[in-house]
Amino acid sequence: MTTGVAYRLCRIAPALGLLLSLAGCAATGANSRGELPPRHSIDEFRDQRFAEVADPWEGFNRSMYKFNFYFDRYLFLPVVAGYELVTPDVVERRVSGVFNNLGEIKNLANSLFQLKGGESATTLGRFLTNSTLGLGGMFDPATGFGLARQDQDFGRTLGYWGAGSGPYLVLPVFGPSSLRDTAGLAVDSGLSYGLYTWIDPFGGTGNSDALDLGGGALGAVDARHQQSFRYYESGYPFEYYLVRFLYHERREIELGKTRAEEEDEAQGEALH
Amino acid sequence: MYLSLLVFACLVLLPAPGHAVDDGYGYPIPGSYEATILGTPAELAPPAAGKMRTRELVLEVIPQRSKPPLFFYDRGLRCTLAYQPNKAPLVFLIAGAGANHRSAKLLSMMQALYQAGFHVITLPSPTHANFIISASLSRIPGELNEDAADLYHAMEVAWEKVRGEIEVSSFHLGGYSLGAAQSAFVAKLDEERRVFNFRKVLMVNPPVSLYGSAVRIEELLKRIPGGPKKQGIFFNKMLSKFSAFYRAGNFVAINDDFLYAIYSERLFSADQTAGLIGLTYRINLAGMIFASDVMTNSGYVVPKNRVLRSTDSLADYFLVSTHLSFFDYFNEYFFPYFEKRRPGLTREAFIRSLSLRSIEGYLKSSAKFGVMTNENDFILSGEDLDYLRQLFGTRAKIYPRGGHLGNLAYRDNLAYLVAFFSEGVLP
Repeated sequence: MTTGVAYRLCRIAPALGLLLSLAGCAATGANSRGELPPRHSIDEFRDQRFAEVADPWEGFNRSMYKFNFYFDRYLFLPVVAGYELVTPDVVERRVSGVFNNLGEIKNLANSLFQLKGGESATTLGRFLTNSTLGLGGMFDPATGFGLARQDQDFGRTLGYWGAGSGPYLVLPVFGPSSLRDTAGLAVDSGLSYGLYTWIDPFGGTGNSDALDLGGGALGAVDARHQQSFRYYESGYPFEYYLVRFLYHERREIELGKTRAEEEDEAQGEALH
Repeated sequence: MYLSLLVFACLVLLPAPGHAVDDGYGYPIPGSYEATILGTPAELAPPAAGKMRTRELVLEVIPQRSKPPLFFYDRGLRCTLAYQPNKAPLVFLIAGAGANHRSAKLLSMMQALYQAGFHVITLPSPTHANFIISASLSRIPGELNEDAADLYHAMEVAWEKVRGEIEVSSFHLGGYSLGAAQSAFVAKLDEERRVFNFRKVLMVNPPVSLYGSAVRIEELLKRIPGGPKKQGIFFNKMLSKFSAFYRAGNFVAINDDFLYAIYSERLFSADQTAGLIGLTYRINLAGMIFASDVMTNSGYVVPKNRVLRSTDSLADYFLVSTHLSFFDYFNEYFFPYFEKRRPGLTREAFIRSLSLRSIEGYLKSSAKFGVMTNENDFILSGEDLDYLRQLFGTRAKIYPRGGHLGNLAYRDNLAYLVAFFSEGVLP
């Protein structure tokens, strides 16, 4: 659970806007003839909902949740399984290390955006140490030196400067998110894309497009490889709500918000 | 299962405080509720071994089962097989109430047995939605004889599927919590059916009476201010406490350090801890009630004849189902179903049948059984514990602490589990 529920796939963001425009497949209530009221219904209870998160687009989100399940099943996970089959564990760990090390740039940028001096220094130290002694991130000597990894992203930066999470949003491929974190993801992806094209690591090879694409794909596969979450895996009928709750609450708590503040933002969520 | 998904997501990874009562048993957490929630600190579990050869089995247990569109993702009963390359005994393991085939508890047991050279097949609990949808004939879980028959059938289908691939020398059976009670009934059925001829059967933290244990768990919810009908308010308060604590301390992330601090600084009182355990149980129960209602079209929480689709909101059903108690389920849904099918059945006789006592003659006479539990397991009364001692004698291994399953992954416990199945079978 260390990586949380959200995919850390910010390296393959460009298709996002396009996919989002596919919205609109949200379903409306299903009524068939001859329905009879159930023995127990919501009117009986005077209690707050727990695991409640603002989710006005639930129909869309559930469609995306289902889409991601099929995307995983027929495309993403088979590819990841193939990668895991042909790649020795040692190599897999090195690959993850390299991509995680590149992710430190995003962590550093966002620590700086939040004016967190100590954290920025730690992250910079990690990046320099692991890029050199750690051979480009293949190894992680920095943690051993007491430089703990501090994950950051632009969604958190927005939250730090006071933006509320906004409604819950399940993104295609990327999975559970929120309006704020989606904006953050777009910015982080834009920044890394800009940085990447500026450095252009494969520019001198004469084959840079193919190598860029390969690198991006490997990054995506590695990210899914590191993420153990599987849609509908629990088999629990209300899994959607627990995932939503965990995603949202973990983000908010790590931002240092208390539940009371959240409720002020959301104008209270008590039933009745 | 959902304990690990709730606020306490990572609590089981906690390091333990140093103090220990000197009774020769090294499991460190004295409180029953704390142990239940915290589980076994990682460094006190056996060292993780190399890769296991495992495979998920998706079984068509009931051919042509019609499944509503809401459960489109359910393609059959899911079990996990861990297999050895050589001939070895096979242990079937049954999960506890509400848990699936990959619950953390099952995985600990599976790993220990696998390292000791056994094949293992894990099964979800008959109270888990996957089982209700794909393997329960009645689609109404909780009756021990019927659940045992469903389980037995599922095991036969699983064995049929893998018998060409693995070599098995003998069969064993085990289960934890509700799965422990079910394994006793499965073993009894096996005496007639003789497909497996189970050599040994281990019950880990079993209830004696299902009804009695459910009463004891429901009691925990009464410790919530305002009672279980105010569980939402209670939960949100606990969550505020949790996040305020995070904010006040200088924590970097919700990680082991943070969770350890919650425990060591006693953020939650005993009543609150008990309430959270009770709530977790209710969340599991809600999944069972809802899945059963959808599968039977009983009109219990979902309007009768409504066909739910995968994009429909279930939020109201979630709230309603978690507010129903075990007694609601028992009195309004479960017992009436059996009362209709078995004219003359009384409530008291039915409750008595849902107990190990109903097969005690068999349990006492068969040397294949063993029990492993804890003195402070809150699902057992003192009387229940004495009963287990008296029924199983030296075949009952009772640890001084560990709550309900908190010490299952502790190395002594897993060593006992392995030794129980190994004796006289392995060299």
